[in-house]
Amino acid sequence: MKRTLTVLGMTILICVVLPGSASAQQAIVLKGGKLLTVSHGTIENGVLVIENGKITAVGSAEEVKIPANARVQDVSGMTVYPGLIDSESYLGLTEISAEQMTNDLIELSDEIMPHMHVYDAFHAESELIPVARLNGITNAIVAPENKDTLPGQDSFIQLDGKSSQEMLLVRDVAMPLNFTGEQRRNESWEKRKFPSTRMGLAAQLRQAFLDAQHYAQDWADYEKKKSEKADDKEKKGPPSPPKHDLKLDALLPYLQGKKTIVLAAQEPSDLAAAVNLAREFNLKFVLNHISHSQPVLDYVASLKAPVIVGPIYEAPKPQERYDAVYSLPAQLYKRGVKIAFASYDAHNVRNLPYAAGYATAFGLPRDEALKAVTLNAAEIWGVDGNLGSLDAGKTANVVVANGDPLDISTDVKQVFIDGRQIPMTSRQTRLRDEYSGH
Amino acid sequence: MNRITIGSALLSLTIVAASAGQPAPAVPQSAAHNEVFINNAVVMTVTHGNIQNGSVHIKDGKIAAVGRNLKAPAGATVIDAGGKYLTPGIIDSHSHIALDDDVNEATSPVTPQMMMIDAFDYQDKAIYRGLAGGVTTSLLLHGSANMIGGQAIVIKHKYGAGRDAMLFPGAPRSIKFASGENPKRVYGSKEQLPSTRMGNFAVQREALVQAQDYMREWTDYEIHCYRADELLTEMEIAKEFGYKVRAFHHALEAYKVADKLAANDVAIATFADWWGYKNEAWDAIPWNAVISMRKGVRVAIKSDSDDLARRLNQEAAKTMRYGGATEEEALRMITLNPAWIIGVENRVGSIEVGKDADLVIWDGYPLSSYGVPEKVLIDGDVYFDRSLPGFGMPRYKEGE
Repeated sequence: MKRTLTVLGMTILICVVLPGSASAQQAIVLKGGKLLTVSHGTIENGVLVIENGKITAVGSAEEVKIPANARVQDVSGMTVYPGLIDSESYLGLTEISAEQMTNDLIELSDEIMPHMHVYDAFHAESELIPVARLNGITNAIVAPENKDTLPGQDSFIQLDGKSSQEMLLVRDVAMPLNFTGEQRRNESWEKRKFPSTRMGLAAQLRQAFLDAQHYAQDWADYEKKKSEKADDKEKKGPPSPPKHDLKLDALLPYLQGKKTIVLAAQEPSDLAAAVNLAREFNLKFVLNHISHSQPVLDYVASLKAPVIVGPIYEAPKPQERYDAVYSLPAQLYKRGVKIAFASYDAHNVRNLPYAAGYATAFGLPRDEALKAVTLNAAEIWGVDGNLGSLDAGKTANVVVANGDPLDISTDVKQVFIDGRQIPMTSRQTRLRDEYSGH
Repeated sequence: MNRITIGSALLSLTIVAASAGQPAPAVPQSAAHNEVFINNAVVMTVTHGNIQNGSVHIKDGKIAAVGRNLKAPAGATVIDAGGKYLTPGIIDSHSHIALDDDVNEATSPVTPQMMMIDAFDYQDKAIYRGLAGGVTTSLLLHGSANMIGGQAIVIKHKYGAGRDAMLFPGAPRSIKFASGENPKRVYGSKEQLPSTRMGNFAVQREALVQAQDYMREWTDYEIHCYRADELLTEMEIAKEFGYKVRAFHHALEAYKVADKLAANDVAIATFADWWGYKNEAWDAIPWNAVISMRKGVRVAIKSDSDDLARRLNQEAAKTMRYGGATEEEALRMITLNPAWIIGVENRVGSIEVGKDADLVIWDGYPLSSYGVPEKVLIDGDVYFDRSLPGFGMPRYKEGE
């Protein structure tokens, strides 16, 4: 009996998978759904065409011509929207939180670790990834944990692919600079060591950036000497190159303003110190968290930097009203700040849309909440050419659900990544089916 | 409902006063109540459906009438719900708020004499934040470091009313047991017993053997455990010693043995979708609640978290998303079912005549991402009102 069931299960699975995997060439058409394009409003009774992994047409039933031989799916009554983007997660860096051997979250031996690259640890086969994508999350920032001021560099991933190479869309996309106080080495008097204060953290950061500036100068001097005239070289002998330093090398693109720092702070004082430090070295930055910076939101707006806001479930300070953090996204939006949401999690990445939804209960307009988990995020991470909205020419990361993308009771029915229809299975659905007689 | 704490009984072999439950407050809870009349609400009663355009008449802190065509009594304070949803106050059957992190006396695996009331920090703002999320009653439990932890207290979230007024009068006393990875880790790391599940249950049995003379007096137990095999073992031990497990807490693998739990009338207080934070949470699935419920288990969704306690309505909504619980089933998991686990189901957990007037008016549909409490009443008094400035608590002033 058990055997029969398994065979049946396999057959069903194959039926579901085959059309998806065979669709690499064949066009897929999602017809009749409500398209939330994010970039250009909502299209009722819309048509979306996917060809060779790209969205090739988006529009109303009257506008869009359905290609010949297309596999047409009737998605009437469904909502169709771009895959959601989590602006900070730990996907692929952990499996079971309490089991240290499954964790590659952070190197704690030093606070300055910019030469750590999460792509070196990213575990493409993590069981957590299918769980997240079943709820419509198709892309995410993977960041090291925040226990160092410079814990390493983030990667931007896609939640499907044959290998980590395929899934790591942008390596070293940005670098966190954490200045929330949690980086201090001050757990107890016995174990206390430098840097145990914010002053210490700032001094250490400043020294690292100064060292990197000097290092850059040393290399520039070397290159200059190398290109000097032959007769000068004969006099002085050939110049010797500076010793390579991976840490300082890693800082250079950020010091040169070529890449973005993700500047994390919580309270106004942390924020001011972190921003001043970033300005001292002309760093290009986006802000992260600022959960307790309500008194200085006009100052935040004046920085003209996007904010990864939250988690909005961060507890308020005792003196704050219960909704001080819930309402932060709305407060920032009102001041013209571009915001994005993040799960700051691995197992619970799937709940990202609900954070955005909850922010609307505290004043954020609904379309802005959706934008904050799609197009805004894509823009912040420099991938808006391919992701974040339903537009012709973009990668076909598309979600089909039976309702509002940000509401809890909405069931995600289909997920497309790179135009591939993803099997709606995970370790969890397999356990469910095994024990519930599905 | 004579519940004897197994606390001192076990260690000093003296029986703690066999009381009917938590003491009634020493001071009167409040002066004589004004009558309150809530009208123009979608009343989600939990036990007898939704009443469109319904009203609730509150007298002396209790629900005096519920229905469609009620008239406001003369002199009653009228609250117009503006067509919004009205639910019973949310009940959290597993919480560690307001205990100043003093939840684990992790120096011995058997500490039933620990009384959570001795750690009760009634000024903790987490009580307020839960209140603002619609929670009116919580069971505050010992942690899970010990096989036999301590005795819980039941509070009402009457923030600002003072310590004694917050204790749920007459609520049954209960004790927390735990097994699995937490006691293994805590005592294993000290190279003490128990460092295995074998050790876990040996320690538990040994304590129960010592206390056997008092067994017939005991009634309810709240047991923290995760894995299906442990759920079965705990039920076997309960049979062996002749006591009744009221509820398994966490019980993330309940879906694997739900029929057995149902047969023993054991409830579960579980997470909606948390998983993977430790080995014994690796097989957790978000369908646990509904699969278990469909097989006859009484299911509560609990917080075990300062954070989740603020939005248990959303956690309950996840059971609609995962497994298709109906609205009433989902709501029951954060109202009447946890009330049963705590043993106060005759007092709270539904909108019925005679029950405490613990009620929430919601802005937005409560079982969604968008539902937010607008007003929260406990015993007929408004303790939270979102429209007010500051903390939104009409009965509390900071610094007083």
